[in-house]
Amino acid sequence: MRIRLEKRGPISFRARLALPFIAVAISFAFSFVLILLARANPFTAFYYIFYGALGSPTSLGETAVKTTPLVLTGLAAAVAFKARFYNLGGEGQLYLGALCAAVLGLHLALPRALAVPVIMAAGCAAGAAWALCAGMLKARLKVDEVVVTLLSNYIVIYIISALLDGPLKDPRTMWPNSPPILESARYPILIAGTRLHAGALVALAAAAAVWWVMKRSVLGFEIAAVGANPKAAGYAGIPVARTVVLTAIMSGGLAGLAGVGEVIGLHYDLVEKISPNYGYAGVVIAVLGGLNALGVVCAALLFGVLITGAELMSRYTGVPVFLADVIQGIVLLVMCAVFVFTQCRVRVTRRT
Amino acid sequence: MTDSCSTPSPPLVEMRGIVKRFYGKPVNDRVDLTLRRGEVLALLGENGAGKSTLVRILYGLYTPDGGRIFVKGAPACISSPRDAMALGIGMVHQHFTLVSELTVAENVALGARPQRRGIFLDLPAVEKRIREFSERYGIRVDPAKKIRELSVGERQRVEILKVLSKRAEILVLDEPTAVLTPREAAELFEIIGALKRAGAGVVFISHKLAEVMAVSDRVMVLRRGRVVLDRETPGTDARGLSAAMTGRDAAETAPRAARSPGGPVLEVRGLRARGDLGIESLKGVSFTVRRGEIFGLAGVSGNGQRELAEVLSGVRAASGGEFLVDGARMRGATPRMLAARGVGRIPEDRMESGAILDLSLKHNLVLERYHLAPFASGFCLAEGEIDSHAERLIAEYGIVAHSVGIEARSLSGGNIQKAILARVLEPGPALVVASQPVRGLDVGAAALIHRKMLEERDRGAAVLLISEDLDEILAIADTIGVIYGGNILRIFPRGEADRERIGMLMAGVREGAR
Repeated sequence: MRIRLEKRGPISFRARLALPFIAVAISFAFSFVLILLARANPFTAFYYIFYGALGSPTSLGETAVKTTPLVLTGLAAAVAFKARFYNLGGEGQLYLGALCAAVLGLHLALPRALAVPVIMAAGCAAGAAWALCAGMLKARLKVDEVVVTLLSNYIVIYIISALLDGPLKDPRTMWPNSPPILESARYPILIAGTRLHAGALVALAAAAAVWWVMKRSVLGFEIAAVGANPKAAGYAGIPVARTVVLTAIMSGGLAGLAGVGEVIGLHYDLVEKISPNYGYAGVVIAVLGGLNALGVVCAALLFGVLITGAELMSRYTGVPVFLADVIQGIVLLVMCAVFVFTQCRVRVTRRT
Repeated sequence: MTDSCSTPSPPLVEMRGIVKRFYGKPVNDRVDLTLRRGEVLALLGENGAGKSTLVRILYGLYTPDGGRIFVKGAPACISSPRDAMALGIGMVHQHFTLVSELTVAENVALGARPQRRGIFLDLPAVEKRIREFSERYGIRVDPAKKIRELSVGERQRVEILKVLSKRAEILVLDEPTAVLTPREAAELFEIIGALKRAGAGVVFISHKLAEVMAVSDRVMVLRRGRVVLDRETPGTDARGLSAAMTGRDAAETAPRAARSPGGPVLEVRGLRARGDLGIESLKGVSFTVRRGEIFGLAGVSGNGQRELAEVLSGVRAASGGEFLVDGARMRGATPRMLAARGVGRIPEDRMESGAILDLSLKHNLVLERYHLAPFASGFCLAEGEIDSHAERLIAEYGIVAHSVGIEARSLSGGNIQKAILARVLEPGPALVVASQPVRGLDVGAAALIHRKMLEERDRGAAVLLISEDLDEILAIADTIGVIYGGNILRIFPRGEADRERIGMLMAGVREGAR
């Protein structure tokens, strides 16, 4: 007997829409097993996850706070992947945005209406510039962007660590964090009593903008064409290298904006572990969301729920908080596996 | 290799009544093939005649829809290359499958029966065996050299060594000389001779009549999936084989009367280009295509026409020479600059270069003009314009599609080609460069594409039609050039061209030299 994977025809739009839901369901089933292994009731555990994330106005606010950077890093990855520019550097680009925001936030003595936009633009530019390096290397020298972007994360993170132990360190504490930024450099809080800040609106606006660019603009057309078939795109005269570079800029800018929000919306200073791997989670979110802006917002919300709710779940059931990370990992793996089955069908042949 | 001479041993391979269909269309139609020990069988035929399909069935890459295969007299079920190798069948592909950073010995060891010492690969033993083979068959290659240090001819010898090291007695060589210099080809023929004397059977696929006459013992010609000739080579001549290949009985469409052509649109002057392997594949061609003229460039594929088309399309750099469109030098121009100059380009690989299968049909229809008015204003796409443009072209070119937004992937090959044609012709190009525009298409789609190209000519466009289908060229071209080995051997007006002469030139037999 022999098992072969054979190419299959295109699958229907409806089937494609169902894919992320199937993947999430399978991932939840896997995590059920893990929760059982941690000697807890999976149903209770999931109840506390959702209750902890959505059960009260405060927890809803917390979920939105966690979802905000995930939307931006998810969009960053989605835009890049659409052009087949595999930017895994969201984490580093986010950190650079955060660094920029912290430095400007400390020293930029302007009224808020000026300071915030300037900081946003600077953080965006910093992330974009970092991604641009990888984009140029790929467009000009055909250097693999996966390796470059992934490794460039460490460069940024270690530089920031060094800065927080040196010039950026708050002299009043013994921890590696910066002094708090100016009051006028902060995003306003949207709902008093929660930590929900204006960054959430920025993320939603970014999602709307990305949707428009991808569906309605000349650049979006070029990104889709280059991503789907760079050879045919080049043959038709689409500037492939320019498209890759512009995509890199857009992607890095979105990730940088995520970092800005964490500093001027949430922490008000720069700390070493300002992102619990939001950049990498963005990759999973982009894939789960089908590289589509609306899908990214939904997937980011799901992950926001998981991350927020995992803490309460852990407190009540004793299952470690890491379950949220594990589920993220499983979702990515399952999503990749499900993709294989959209391309191929399994054929079993019996030998005579 | 044979133990006795008294009993006639069964043939090495016997394929009987092989049938293979692709999408219901037979590409092998009841084909019989016999290969004896110590015999070189040449498989001859135009592209698409079914030669490659036949040997792929023998090598287990395709499963036949009908017919039986016997190897050394015993019925064989070959469902994978592994099965084929176990039966002693080896294949040397046109495109090499070597790891360029490994040495010759390491490449031979890859995939062969492992020669081990403990858990380690016994490379000295592999090298020793390579030297044995080298001596026995005169295959000269240094086992310690890395593949990337070798010439194309040497790489091919490594491929042959790989096959021999798996104890193959039946060798299939798929167009082995296509990438070789004449000198390397001569060395290959010596190796084939040595293999033959050692009792192996060789199936040799080729387009080139001269080498078929020189190397083979028997020749089999396929046309449209059927065997049209199977004879001992000494009993044939180049003229007869060429006629069998092209089918002189095929009905010829009388070319429509062309109006007398106008001024030159495309002037190609001494154009040179390198192929993918870095070898010069286009060796200085010159010709002119005029307004209101279809220039048909005939030739078997792999003779430089792909490189020519790619240079003229702006996707391959020329290594010498120049080409002009309406008097302007265009060497080095990008596809977008060419399109702006009125050059319409129809690529040979429509699924790879012509269309983006994951995009919608309507977007494929504006692939070269999406950034121009009326399809875009500034940064915004005008989807409404793109939709109505698509609807108009779908009606005009008879593209069968459920909606304008359907993914190109779900369209048939013929409809994709119609869409490419629509995209290219719609702006009214001054020059159309069409490569193999009807290859693999059904009769209806092919007829529509030919009609459109004739309309373009009558409108006053210059058309360069590159094709390996002689029937197509004879049917619509006004001027015919024949390309062989990177050179244009002859150019004649349609009236002076006859099928037999072109067929001979396509096979590299120069006039007066037969």
